[in-house]
Amino acid sequence: MNKSKLVISNLAEELFLSFSGEFTLYDLATCQEMIDNANISSKNVVIDLNNALSLDTAAAIFIDNLQDALSSKKIKVTIACDSQKINDVLALVAKYNNATPQTNQIKKTTFVEQTGILFYNYFIGFLSFMEFLGKVFATITQYFKNIKNIRFREIAFEINESAIKALGIIALTSFLIGVVIAYQSAFQLKIYGANIFIVDMLGISILRELAPLMTAVVIAGRSGSAFTAQIGAMKITQELDAMETMGFDPYVFLVIPRIVALMIAMPILIFVSDVMGVFGGMIVANVDLNITPELFLDRFGEVVAVKHLFIGLAKGPFFAFLIASIGIYRGLRVKDDTQSIGFNTTKSVVESIFAVIVCDAVFSIAFTNLGM
Amino acid sequence: MNQIIRVKELKTIFDERVVHDGLNLSVGEGEIYGLIGPSGCGKTTLLREMVMLQKFSGGSIDVLEKDLKNIASSDAQELRRQWGVLFQAGALFSSLSVEDNVALALREYTQLNERMIKEIVDFKINLVGLNPSDAFLFPSQISGGMKKKAGLARALCMDPKLLFLDEPTSGLDPISARDFDSLILKLRDMLGLTIVMVSHDLQSIYDTLDKVAIIDDKKIAYEGGLDGVSSSQSEFVQTFFKERI
Repeated sequence: MNKSKLVISNLAEELFLSFSGEFTLYDLATCQEMIDNANISSKNVVIDLNNALSLDTAAAIFIDNLQDALSSKKIKVTIACDSQKINDVLALVAKYNNATPQTNQIKKTTFVEQTGILFYNYFIGFLSFMEFLGKVFATITQYFKNIKNIRFREIAFEINESAIKALGIIALTSFLIGVVIAYQSAFQLKIYGANIFIVDMLGISILRELAPLMTAVVIAGRSGSAFTAQIGAMKITQELDAMETMGFDPYVFLVIPRIVALMIAMPILIFVSDVMGVFGGMIVANVDLNITPELFLDRFGEVVAVKHLFIGLAKGPFFAFLIASIGIYRGLRVKDDTQSIGFNTTKSVVESIFAVIVCDAVFSIAFTNLGM
Repeated sequence: MNQIIRVKELKTIFDERVVHDGLNLSVGEGEIYGLIGPSGCGKTTLLREMVMLQKFSGGSIDVLEKDLKNIASSDAQELRRQWGVLFQAGALFSSLSVEDNVALALREYTQLNERMIKEIVDFKINLVGLNPSDAFLFPSQISGGMKKKAGLARALCMDPKLLFLDEPTSGLDPISARDFDSLILKLRDMLGLTIVMVSHDLQSIYDTLDKVAIIDDKKIAYEGGLDGVSSSQSEFVQTFFKERI
């Protein structure tokens, strides 16, 4: 195998480049090296292919380029070859090799341009989300005009899919959050001997903030991403197009039922989360601080105003609307390639959690300023 | 002959790429009309514009005497019930069985009882050549050819006047493709459909089409019967129909 397939010999006025055997793309590198080192000075070069058994296209391109390179140095090149097969390959390559290779010209952009493009794209993205919301509201006004239009079956199906089936995981996470919060605060409260205040702390923090937020995060990860993936896949398989040509508005069939279902289900999920969180805290209080469940619940009723529960529950539909609409919007933005499903699913979860937290911050300020 | 579809001076521009520029064609009642052209010439785009899936930039498209440019949403809805569309891969609703896919429009748009719907669906499933037992399968459980047939059954379920087919024989084996062709001819003769299709399949073009429009260089290079196709000077026509003319 190591035997060189190129022999360079000087005969009289002519330089012979003799190739032998099967000359393929694996031999090119060595041949190139040999030719580069040969330091061609003769005015006549003969490329001798008479001993070559076959030539693949890469080798033919190599010979074609070699010929061009030598010709440009005013060296006369002759190709000696009898084989019809090899001549055919050379002719084929000569025919398609003439075009100068096109390089993909990527326009260089400056930092300012890049920033501009980035923000412009964000702006366009924001506008298209607004367009989506506008269409959702326009459809809702049509939708609720007549009770017959409301698709109860789809709504019920979605409530089951994205809420009832999520009950377990929400109960478990909330319980654990309750346990963790109670355990950490018990440690601090013990120092001051303020054991009983654990009830105030848990009650307010869980009912008002933690339960709605935890529920929203779990639902965004679970149902928001599912909405994006489902609708994105339907877009790729042209199911959305099919619906439209059959006169079924995807907003009526897919978008509104999902949003409505999640808005109905979210407060219920938050309530479950409240119960489980406080339950987790109660167990830790009992074990760690010797506060019996009776005492805990007694104190709970005394110090935790019912408004905290209602504020927590009231956030539910707003969070649900954000999660569902962002998830669906991202699904509708999926383009005709599979990568874009993954991209948009990631975006949908990140954006909906972010939106929920911003919304929560706004509520927090608003409710406090309203004296609630 | 009544004109079902009239396209006048159509212009389509994507970003900076001009797809159609001054395209004219008309489809008469009862015709099987083919849109043919090299890849990327905008056949499928034209079809999508005809079924209101895509907006066009200029000119006009009239379908069943309605101007698609300024159509009221109620008219659009009415129009959508009068046509059927078969997508390239069938585009069956993956959450519904074949039977429910076909029945969906009937359930949504009519007051028929379940027994009647079932009968209509069975008839349509039979008509396109699917086995009655396939009706209960889901789209993920059936082959590409069966998906197309099921898609056709769904497109036919409201007894449309107009049928759009996007590459109906692509991806089918030659035998199924010929079966599909004869099915299309049969449907036209039995139901008096007007059919508009995009196709690449030369055999199917010769077997089924009454009239072709060859799109080349953003315009119609030729419109008319297949026997006159050789008169066109378009390079695409000369290569595509080389063996036949």
